[in-house]
Amino acid sequence: MALTNEVVQQKLTEKFGDQLTAWAETYGMLSFAAPKDLNLKILQYLFDDEVLQFRFLTDICGVHYPDRSGEELAVVYHLHNLADNVRLRFKVFTDITKPDVYSATALYAGANWMERETYDFYGVNFTGHPNLKRVLNVDEMDYFPLRKEYPLEDQSRIDKDDEMFGR
Amino acid sequence: MSYTEDHIVLPEGSIEKQTTTLNLGPTHPATHGVFQNILEMDGERIINAESTVGYIHRAFEKLAERRPLYQITPITDRLNYCSSPINNMGWHVTCEKLLGVTTPKRVDYLRIIIMELARISDHLICNSIVGVDTGAYSGFLYLMQYRELIYEIYEEVCGSRLTTNIGRIGGFERNFTNTAFEKLEKFLKEYPRVLKEFENLFTRNRIFIDRTVGVGAITAERALSYGYTGPNLRSAGVDYDVRVHSPYCSYEDIDFTIPVGKTGDCYDKFLVRNEEMWQSLHIIRQAYAKVQAFTGAASEVYHADVPAYYLPEKKDVYTKMEALIYHFKIIMGETEIPVGEVYCSVEGANGELGYYLVSDGGRTPFRLHFRRPCFIYYQSYPELIKDSMLSDAVVCMSSLNLIAGELDA
Repeated sequence: MALTNEVVQQKLTEKFGDQLTAWAETYGMLSFAAPKDLNLKILQYLFDDEVLQFRFLTDICGVHYPDRSGEELAVVYHLHNLADNVRLRFKVFTDITKPDVYSATALYAGANWMERETYDFYGVNFTGHPNLKRVLNVDEMDYFPLRKEYPLEDQSRIDKDDEMFGR
Repeated sequence: MSYTEDHIVLPEGSIEKQTTTLNLGPTHPATHGVFQNILEMDGERIINAESTVGYIHRAFEKLAERRPLYQITPITDRLNYCSSPINNMGWHVTCEKLLGVTTPKRVDYLRIIIMELARISDHLICNSIVGVDTGAYSGFLYLMQYRELIYEIYEEVCGSRLTTNIGRIGGFERNFTNTAFEKLEKFLKEYPRVLKEFENLFTRNRIFIDRTVGVGAITAERALSYGYTGPNLRSAGVDYDVRVHSPYCSYEDIDFTIPVGKTGDCYDKFLVRNEEMWQSLHIIRQAYAKVQAFTGAASEVYHADVPAYYLPEKKDVYTKMEALIYHFKIIMGETEIPVGEVYCSVEGANGELGYYLVSDGGRTPFRLHFRRPCFIYYQSYPELIKDSMLSDAVVCMSSLNLIAGELDA
């Protein structure tokens, strides 16, 4: 039996109950949100389960939602079951003042630099990471540039009217 | 037994030092890009390595948050600049997925032709550079003239050569000219003979075999754990290819095989890339036959009928009201963009190139993340070269097909 999104959702709900929220299937990909303490348990369960077999970590990246107070930073995991060819996305949210998330480096060797990149740009502190330092930016940098509080353009410019064009 | 087990490790904090620290890069001619590796050497052997990247980081993900969809295409050019058209097409496919645009079959086949040409041009560079690093310069110069021909085809289609900015959301900026098809036919006719000669130069060459077999080998399990994709993963024996697993641009209509290797060493990587070039030629022939099979009005179609997203032709902008309105809206980024999250990936020349686009309905992406294959697999480099000779490290690096522009984003 081919693995479908319904089966994945059903198995995850059986295991973790209603701790997993925001289930959605957008553009064919199943996605959900999880409490940040559960991220490793979910990854491990998805990896080990004989039916689910999500054993390929496609990507880890961060997103900053300044409007969600108390859970401003999201870490997004993209997983892939190569045997049945099913993809999955889940997010964990964390407080920007204490952005601690468990590191997946023990499970996936490739998570190392992906997490370093997320740390570099968003300041997510991956606990348990063997070498959590900046990867693309200079080590001396003292801010996390992809956070939304750093606008790209010079805010003192008056020749660009943001009310008509742009955010 | 591993060499490092024999090595006498001095106690922590010892003032004696029996190893040499060597910087390979950032601007070493053999790194073919800006990569720094700090090697801990015992004589000629590498006992430890640390990679530093980010020398040409240009903040693409931040830039993309300020640009409408159209203005992001030139950014994607500068990721893997050896095969820019694949990046461009991947971005268009991602936008089309978000916007719900379906492209006509003819557009899909034309895209396949362009993407496979890009794959050939990327692989021929990578393979001939492996040749250069093992001491055979002539293959590189010989193949280069066919990269030139591929660039002429790009030029004929979109006007530029390296950073192509090719295509639009929904199709191409203009129809392929007859000259483009003539050059394509010339390429299809002449390249197989040259590739065969190139192959003869290397595949059974004693020196080449000695330099590459067993160098930089990786098991399938480790490769998957490291997030390898593309030819590097396939050379380790895993037949994962985005073109087959999640077909885009009608790749499902094309018949081709995925070459796989066994050991994941530099020789297998070379062979896999070589066979992929043959497969790409096979794909281009099929796609070209399908393009030629269109008759009448269908043979002139080069974009989808989506005026809200497809930039109108300039002469229409001057003469037609609707075209002027859409031109203005598209250029100023005032088109309606749905709210949503989309992950879309294409088989780039060096692996799965993914785009994770979060749209909040605004004029620019709320967040755009590029899954850059070589950023992900490059982290395995210290493990690949551990215990090997310095000269092996050089071959290993070039056969990974690292592109600094893509790696550093």
